[in-house]
Amino acid sequence: MATAARPLYNFLVRRNYIFLGVIFAGAFGFEMAFDTISDRIWDNINKGRQWKDIRAKYIQSEDDE
Amino acid sequence: MLARSCLRSTRAVGAVRNGAVNTSKRAASTSSSEAASPFRLNMAGSAATAVAIGSMAWYYHLYGTELHAMTPTEEGLHPTKYPWEHAAWTKTFDHQALRRGFQVYQEVCSSCHSLSRIPYRSLVGVTHTVDEAKAMAEENEYDSEPNDEGEIEKRPGKLSDYLPSPYKNDEAARAANNGALPPDLSLIVKARHGGCDYIFSLLTGYPEEPPPGVKLPDGLNFNPYFPGTGIAMARVLYNDLVEYEDGTPASTSQMAKDVVEFLNWSAEPEMDQRKKMGLKVLAITSLLTALSIWVKRYKWSPIKTRKIVYVPPKMGGRPNGH
Ligand code: HEC
Repeated sequence: MATAARPLYNFLVRRNYIFLGVIFAGAFGFEMAFDTISDRIWDNINKGRQWKDIRAKYIQSEDDE
Repeated sequence: MLARSCLRSTRAVGAVRNGAVNTSKRAASTSSSEAASPFRLNMAGSAATAVAIGSMAWYYHLYGTELHAMTPTEEGLHPTKYPWEHAAWTKTFDHQALRRGFQVYQEVCSSCHSLSRIPYRSLVGVTHTVDEAKAMAEENEYDSEPNDEGEIEKRPGKLSDYLPSPYKNDEAARAANNGALPPDLSLIVKARHGGCDYIFSLLTGYPEEPPPGVKLPDGLNFNPYFPGTGIAMARVLYNDLVEYEDGTPASTSQMAKDVVEFLNWSAEPEMDQRKKMGLKVLAITSLLTALSIWVKRYKWSPIKTRKIVYVPPKMGGRPNGH
């Protein structure tokens, strides 16, 4: 490991409650990031096909009447 | 007899090939039939071959041909394979098409076919808004809970009600359709070989007239895709039968395509979610696979790169080794 990262590594791993907290927070953060990115890719592949893409038309026309 | 003379004659031939040294010895043991003529040999060989081929042909004739329990007519014509876009790995249903397909079901098919597994609430956020779905549900009447006198009154439909069936029960449905039961369409895409392709072909495959020579019982219509070719459902889709609110031209094939996609949704309403989840699972598992391969190589690298050296002990006075 690069020496520059050594203090950070020590901080993360020395105390168990910090280590555990880092794992939990990491899982949480990863899940959020992963879901956001994969949803964006998915919506891009299916542009115009999903309900949320056409929903506006029908909400709009309800208001007009 | 034949076999023995054959054996002997091959020996004779072998003897000739083996050359001069052995000739006298072999010739002594084969005695008279050394004279077996090439003609007799050829005849015997040909006869044996003919018998072998003949018995194989006879066996194949008896047991080898493929058996069909049904004639091709009874099987029905295989449907054309269409490139359904929603069938791709990464594609959702086209919800605009689902909305059109629901309209076709509602205006055409629902007079004969039930769709009993679909409640109004499941249309919300798929093809219709909450308000639209509520309005559609309220157009129908359903039985309410028994009141104080035990009478069951009618109440307008709610989102949680299922789409109403056109007939009270299967017998009523049969009675109204010449004895043929129009099947429930909720799961029809899963319930038929060929799925979407079959139903699309069925709906669009009615010829103007049945081919000459075809005789069908009264009340049956000719459709080559239907097993048996005589179907109790007449052609139902004609150009401009419905008027799409989004302006899509309502050709026969457009309506058939939309209603088939809608029926595929009703059979697998979870498809969009399932495919998205599947893609995420593939992404995560390939990441984890790559990671585990890397970890394995990392852990093994000291073992893989170590070198085992044998240093022989020094023998007194003599030079090292050898
Ligand atoms: C006039 C009533 C009627 C209408 C309208 C109707 N059907 Fe049918 N349908 C039937 C009957 C009756 C059968 C049963 C046919 C049989 O078993 O011979 C049937 C059978 C079917 C089958 C099953 C075929 C099979 O392989 O067993 C499908 C799929 C089908 N209909 C789809 C539709 C669709 C989609 C629509 C709307 C576009 C529709 N039908 C409209 C009466 C109707």
